Amino acid sequence: MTTKLSPTGDLIFFAVFAVAVLTMPVWLAPVGAGYPDLLQKFAIFGLFATGFNLLFGLTGYLSFGHAAFLGVGSYTAVWSFKLLGMNPIPAAILAVATSGVFALAIGYVSLRRSGIYFSILTLAFAQMSYNLAYSVLTPITNGETGLRVLQSDPRLFDGASESTGPLISNLFGVEMTGWGGFYFCAVVLLVGFFIAQRIFRSPFGIMLRAVKTNQNRMTYTGLNPRPYTLAVFVISGMYAGLAGALMCITDPLAGAERMQWTASGEVVLMTILGGAGTLLGPIFGAALIKYFENIFSAFNEQTLHEIFSFLPDFLEAPVVSIAGLFVGEGWHLTLGVLFMLIVIFLPGGIMEGVSRIGRLFKRGSSKAEPNRQTAPAE
Amino acid sequence: MDVILLQLLNGLDKGGAYALIALGLTLIFGTLGVVNFAHGALFMLGAFCAVSFNALLSLELVTIDPEKTTAWGTPLEIRTPYVEAYMGDFGHWILNYSVPVSILLAIPVMLLVGFIMERGLIKHFYNRAHADQILVTFGLAIVLQEIIKSIFGANPIPQAAPETVRGAADIGAALGFDPGVIVYPYWRMVYLGFAAAIIAAVFAFLQFTTFGMVVRAGMADRHTVGLLGINIERRFTIVFAIAAVVAGLAGVMYTPILPPDYHMGMDFLVLSFVVVVVGGMGSLPGAVAAGFLLGILQSFASMNEVKAILPGIDQIIIYLVAVVILLVRPRGLMGRKGVMES
Amino acid sequence: MSLIRKPLNRRSILRAGAMGGAALATPTIFTSKAWSAGYLNEPTGSEVVLGFNVPQTGAYADEGADELRAYQLAVKHINGEGDGGMLNTFSSKALQGNGVNGKKVTYVTGDTQTKSDAARASAKRMIEKDGAVMITGGSSSGVAIAVQSLCQEAGVIFMAGLTHSNDTTGKDKRANGFRHFFNTEMSGAALAPVLKNAFGTDRTAYHLTADYTWGWSQEGSIKKYTEGMGWKTAAAVRTPLGAGDFSQYITPVLNSGADVLVLNHYGKDMVNSLTQAVQFGLRDKQVNGKDFAIVVPLYSRLMAQGAGENVKGIFGSTNWHWSLQDEGSKAFVKSFGQEYGFPPSQAAHTCYVQALLYADAAQRAGTFEPCALGAALEGFEFDGMGNGPTLYRAEDHQCFKDVLVVKGKENPSSQFDVLEVVEVTPRAQVEYPADLLGGDLGACNNGV
Repeated sequence: MTTKLSPTGDLIFFAVFAVAVLTMPVWLAPVGAGYPDLLQKFAIFGLFATGFNLLFGLTGYLSFGHAAFLGVGSYTAVWSFKLLGMNPIPAAILAVATSGVFALAIGYVSLRRSGIYFSILTLAFAQMSYNLAYSVLTPITNGETGLRVLQSDPRLFDGASESTGPLISNLFGVEMTGWGGFYFCAVVLLVGFFIAQRIFRSPFGIMLRAVKTNQNRMTYTGLNPRPYTLAVFVISGMYAGLAGALMCITDPLAGAERMQWTASGEVVLMTILGGAGTLLGPIFGAALIKYFENIFSAFNEQTLHEIFSFLPDFLEAPVVSIAGLFVGEGWHLTLGVLFMLIVIFLPGGIMEGVSRIGRLFKRGSSKAEPNRQTAPAE
Repeated sequence: MDVILLQLLNGLDKGGAYALIALGLTLIFGTLGVVNFAHGALFMLGAFCAVSFNALLSLELVTIDPEKTTAWGTPLEIRTPYVEAYMGDFGHWILNYSVPVSILLAIPVMLLVGFIMERGLIKHFYNRAHADQILVTFGLAIVLQEIIKSIFGANPIPQAAPETVRGAADIGAALGFDPGVIVYPYWRMVYLGFAAAIIAAVFAFLQFTTFGMVVRAGMADRHTVGLLGINIERRFTIVFAIAAVVAGLAGVMYTPILPPDYHMGMDFLVLSFVVVVVGGMGSLPGAVAAGFLLGILQSFASMNEVKAILPGIDQIIIYLVAVVILLVRPRGLMGRKGVMES
Repeated sequence: MSLIRKPLNRRSILRAGAMGGAALATPTIFTSKAWSAGYLNEPTGSEVVLGFNVPQTGAYADEGADELRAYQLAVKHINGEGDGGMLNTFSSKALQGNGVNGKKVTYVTGDTQTKSDAARASAKRMIEKDGAVMITGGSSSGVAIAVQSLCQEAGVIFMAGLTHSNDTTGKDKRANGFRHFFNTEMSGAALAPVLKNAFGTDRTAYHLTADYTWGWSQEGSIKKYTEGMGWKTAAAVRTPLGAGDFSQYITPVLNSGADVLVLNHYGKDMVNSLTQAVQFGLRDKQVNGKDFAIVVPLYSRLMAQGAGENVKGIFGSTNWHWSLQDEGSKAFVKSFGQEYGFPPSQAAHTCYVQALLYADAAQRAGTFEPCALGAALEGFEFDGMGNGPTLYRAEDHQCFKDVLVVKGKENPSSQFDVLEVVEVTPRAQVEYPADLLGGDLGACNNGV
């Protein structure tokens, strides 16, 4: 739905998005999401999904191992803290670079195949990384416990000056936890979103869409799709690496489970849930899943009784016990039901729902508007 | 020598399990063209057929002994299974054989589950993107999993094999080795035989029946079969139900080896996908061959001698083999061109 | 709608950058940290909030559910509801059953998923959003260590749940973290004499070890103590976490010449490897004229139920068991059993005790301030909590108490009655010098 915007439209769109992201603490507070850690997660996973969407949404290549780059980015960032100091900038740059190299290697091999064969190749690489990081590579990754920054680490640039304070990443004195961390992540998300928007609009983006539409025809016109797909694979891996670095910047710990196939699956689900191939969809999907994970899992019997205390006693008990199935330890159930409902009724993900609502309003105001071309991009 | 033989046995046994799980998945891929992330959940449901059957059999007659109390002060309850209380020896026999007997329960249950799943959900996704299929079947898998969890809890529930096949057989002695050198559990051999039988049955069904012929034709070229005026949709339902039964039976018979819990399907999901893809999308013999290949390689990679040279190799061998095979053979061992490649 | 748009150029980047910058500058009012209090999340109203962070999904969900039950029971008892449980037998009488420091105790819950990231996210939510002054719970060492260091950085107290690795109060110990549960070092020290009595000194052990930090910690401790009494170690093989089928690791045991198999596995891995080892006939095997033996160094009754009949006669150690007959255990089992209808697990016990110990320390210190409260816990001697006289050692924040050596019961009387206590190893026997495991507590952090 965004494809028909003019360059100015794009900028207005971006500006609205930027304002919305930066004011999240205000407008998300009423639904219980207005605290730094969750908002950081929204921004970080929004970025991760945006990067994933560049690959999947544009070219149709479904990578099932993107979490490997997230993990590589995380480990690089923590090692940068350990060796260089707690400044997030070098950590982020190094993480992007390393994950880019990893993506280049994995992408070079995996992109020789397409379809599900490509998916399984990326999955295999990610699972190998996860299994090794959890066990044999413990000297580098600190295995199950996760890699952390210790007081005894060299930290070349700031190690001597602050040897007792808490080990928190800081950007020239601004601590990267709490709201400071959120605004840092939000700005990085905006930069990432801006670049993604540019890529969507660029000739490069058109090429990638051509890969998705018909690779054969593209080859017949004398174009080799490989350099394009490899380039976007690397870019997408860099986004993941950056997201991984942000996770460590806001919370200096890198664990191997970040690379497990479930983590790769999560970003796939986020993207499809929100709407693959749209700019905003993956960010919505990421926020929704993280919201469920953090807020729905936190309800317990006590809070449910408080919520439903307005009901008469004979009603309250059964309502609480039914609601209890879907929250707290049952939050997975809600998530599963949600996946099914959205994909059954909104084939284009959340973005299709948004555009349907938008169409509804438009139809009300101007009946002349043809509503055919508002289908989500791809 | 005996070490090699034992690991070969392990590999065959693992391979049988992998092949059996992958068989249904590749059947669905090949005919319906659907990526079924709920396949692991079907395996899990099968296992829980055995659990429920056993639980049903061991429904207990509760009598309260007023003389004694529990550690927390309530009267002690004495429990005897109804089956034993009313049917005596025969009841005891059924309890003993509850795992194999529960196959009789699992077949209709899984047929029904498969039928409902296909008619109610999968049918509407034949022409949707693979991504949508993944999302909806993954959602379904979570829902099934959570339902089982809310009924049976999260902990594994042990299922004993029948007493006569509970121990291990001294195969070595029969083959002329020293006694006690090559020992293998009876139940694992039963499982291997069972897997072979099921695989053979599925192949025979597809090979020698008219129905099977149509399905095979559908796997080769769905459009043409449809043009011939054959109602391929109706057959899809049956294929899906068969796949569900195969997965379910694999689950039932696996319970004495791996005490089932609600999450076991997810644990096998990735593995079964790897097996199917290494075998080649939509190829049944490919899936079976890949299952055995990966099982045997995994067993040998876990030997101390191998691990001493390549530490951690047993953790990644399956994925490593998958990468190598897919690079050498673009469509897996026996895949055909054009299946799930876009 | 034309798809071709102006490519990325310097101007468009600049324009967008300027807008982003302007948007960023606006909401600085939200960034100011409003900690005017003396310590992080100081309770100002009539209530104090505790954070119960337990696994609600994943392999340890049942253990997590049991932990949560125990916490809810502890909160009841602290607030003066129910029969008081262990408060009646606890040697410290500071708690009056009217809350803590005049405040009613309330709680928030979260799901660790037994993943470090999820556990930290959940703990952060409790600290940032719900204002929790203390985080407690968990069912694995990786999560405990991750959350402990988070609590240290944030400035709240962490009362560890079930975590058995040496590192939690060893090389990864923190001033804000406290552990009641025992560790692999104590397991080794308690098990070795019992194994010596049961199997003699001329034995060869074969280890199967879960390939991650806790497994290695366990393997090291058991090796150290069994080799100390004359056993040999044939091999120590690492198995991948969640392997499911362990047959390829079990068959080499058959002809290795070893006559004891040590399974350094926990949770599902333990259930599976034990079930399969017994299927391979290892429990009935004879080697060198001796009966083959299997040892599971860390037992959990909840998980042992998952292995069914296969646990019979298998030795292991555990932190606590509901069949103990001291007054404290009896009181706890009684109030837990009456509330929920089944006996508590060791995870429930350690969590219940941790909650009471925290509340008691806060009452004695007269504040919830982490440093003052930590000082009240350090070196605290108490009794009546189920493990005999216990010391919270100041040097590493580890509890020292009696350790149970248990064996799978031959004739269980109910589904909960799977373990029998073979020996209560006295505290003196499992004590070790504080510097043995290394690490540095650092300074306590009040979070301001």
